[in-house]
Amino acid sequence: MSDDGYGAPHWFDDDAGPVVRPYAMTRGRTTSAAQYRLDLIAVVVTEPHADDAGADQTLAPEHMDIVELCRTAPQSIAELASELDLPIGVVRVLVGDLVADELVHVTRPVPPAQLPDEGILRDVIDGLRAL
Amino acid sequence: MILGRSAGRRKPPVEPVTLKILVAGGFGVGKTTLVGAVSEIKPLRTEERLTEAGRPVDDTRGVEGKNTTTVAMDFGRITLREDLVLYLFGTPGQDRFWFLWDELAQGALGAVVLADTRRLEDCFAAIDYFERRGIPFTVGVNCFEGAARYPVETVRQALDLDDEVPVILTDARERESVKEVLINVVEHAMTRAAQARQPATL
Repeated sequence: MSDDGYGAPHWFDDDAGPVVRPYAMTRGRTTSAAQYRLDLIAVVVTEPHADDAGADQTLAPEHMDIVELCRTAPQSIAELASELDLPIGVVRVLVGDLVADELVHVTRPVPPAQLPDEGILRDVIDGLRAL
Repeated sequence: MILGRSAGRRKPPVEPVTLKILVAGGFGVGKTTLVGAVSEIKPLRTEERLTEAGRPVDDTRGVEGKNTTTVAMDFGRITLREDLVLYLFGTPGQDRFWFLWDELAQGALGAVVLADTRRLEDCFAAIDYFERRGIPFTVGVNCFEGAARYPVETVRQALDLDDEVPVILTDARERESVKEVLINVVEHAMTRAAQARQPATL
């Protein structure tokens, strides 16, 4: 941190809380343009053409982190929140932006109030047995 | 990482089907231990910052400037197949975070309610919650060392459970034991789904 011209700001430790308030990253927005609420286990997949996302000046560094993280391995909203150490609400807004920009897409988990079909449940059981 | 990226460009990454099972129970009953016993990753922690919800309940005297509360959820992941991933979510222990439960419970395959026979009452709230919402659940009696062992039927009666609700003894630290509990939850969910498909014939 000392080469950024500000010296070493020793009081900016984890206990002091984030230097940037979480929702500042979303410019104060608590919801995104996406019509539906992203589930915790909705999986974010980077679009193949998102290579030049860095050129987009409207994106925050956190947006770029998500694009990069989901490029090699698609990640769930919950994993992204944990990985980036951001509140889930913030991740939802950021992912919503990326969906709107068509840099990522999100797979929808099985719709609520509807169990996955029996075949998938059997696969889950078999998979657990084989662990 | 360069290799990974170029490989990713040729073949789009697999988009897995994701499912979740909730792990509920009182504070200190072993939820995180259970998740850790089967998760392929160290249980991760994600936090949601709350502003309004905690206000009437949290004693903020002396810290009046504090108007957010943090609630953490622990979760783990089990990749069953490249295209099939199961997530386990430990529910927040505090009862007043019910609204978070609603979010977690949405689309959940089922739930494990962990019980400690020394403090059975701690899991009443969770059982009540899943019963009301019709979410299939299995009660896992975590066999703590030093706690008296009770027959499964005694626990069932003490919890006033329906006959169809599975109750099994488990050890949240043991991978095999936890696997058994999870398989039981999925089997129970399958049975329930099959019953729902078949119109009741009296």
